[in-house]
Amino acid sequence: MAEIRHPRLAWQFGEVVETHPATPRAKSLLLDVPGWEGHKAGQHVDIRLTAEDGYQAQRSYSIASAPEDNRVELVVERLDDGEVSPYLTDELRPGDKLELRGPIGGWFAWEAKDGGPLFFVAGGSGIAPLMAMIRHRAAAGSDVSCHLLYSSRSREETIFAEELDQLAASDGSLQVFHTLTRSQPPDWTGYARRIDRVMLAEVSPEENPLAFVCGPTPLVESVATELVGLGHDARRIKTERFGPTGG
Amino acid sequence: MDERRLDGNAVGGLLGEVFTFEVTMAEAACDRCGTVAHVGETMAYVTEIGTVVRCARCDNALIRIAQNPRGYFLDLRGVSYLRF
Repeated sequence: MAEIRHPRLAWQFGEVVETHPATPRAKSLLLDVPGWEGHKAGQHVDIRLTAEDGYQAQRSYSIASAPEDNRVELVVERLDDGEVSPYLTDELRPGDKLELRGPIGGWFAWEAKDGGPLFFVAGGSGIAPLMAMIRHRAAAGSDVSCHLLYSSRSREETIFAEELDQLAASDGSLQVFHTLTRSQPPDWTGYARRIDRVMLAEVSPEENPLAFVCGPTPLVESVATELVGLGHDARRIKTERFGPTGG
Repeated sequence: MDERRLDGNAVGGLLGEVFTFEVTMAEAACDRCGTVAHVGETMAYVTEIGTVVRCARCDNALIRIAQNPRGYFLDLRGVSYLRF
């Protein structure tokens, strides 16, 4: 595995080039990072904020942009009592510098050459690394079958909703299934409950998919358990948890 | 104390300060039950004072790491070997 050797991770500054709301509670940040040597879909960066008195706080955010995109996109969900996310969502402006290091990770990653079929399961902002994989799959011209099951509280809180609809409409081998757990539009025909075994069985691609599951810890653990119960090969299930607190 | 139950992916940055290989891709053998898993597959408990990486099968503490301005404290007693 000599090719994955890297110098010890160093902090560097990226510049915010664009921000826009991803949902009413989440913001998309587009960063230009000088010397960025690219990433794999699924990797993350660490962000570090330093207060005037020297106090530092650090969080991890998955990269949502495809490796083919030279900007790094992060999606930050605002946690009202968070130490880091309110600054990132409310204060940060284009032109600001942000201290980060990365890309980090490699186990929870997918490259087009890894093939499929793919089964992605996301909860909330857990869509970010899977979006990088979906965008990479499209950019690389991969036609492996890909099913995404995405749990959000409501349609307004569904990150990347329009882009996912557009990608699925133009790509017969990409299927997107939404479940809205708290409120649904009047004409909603999708799922309206938490992800469960029946739902997973209904939307899973056939024939031994490579599964990636990302979201809050309870969702990830329940989905991984159900997938194994449904007969999925545990060695083909990759999980990434993010914590409910600390943002 | 605020403790976050995450997985080995979350400690890639911290352990990347110490090791020159991508740690989440490395295989760690549990010294208690013998399970061999990628560090990305293990469990990680992250607090402000330190992080404990545990075997997903038997919960043995594989790696303990804390850092302060005086340096790092890295305890690898729970790992028979790391392969990378």
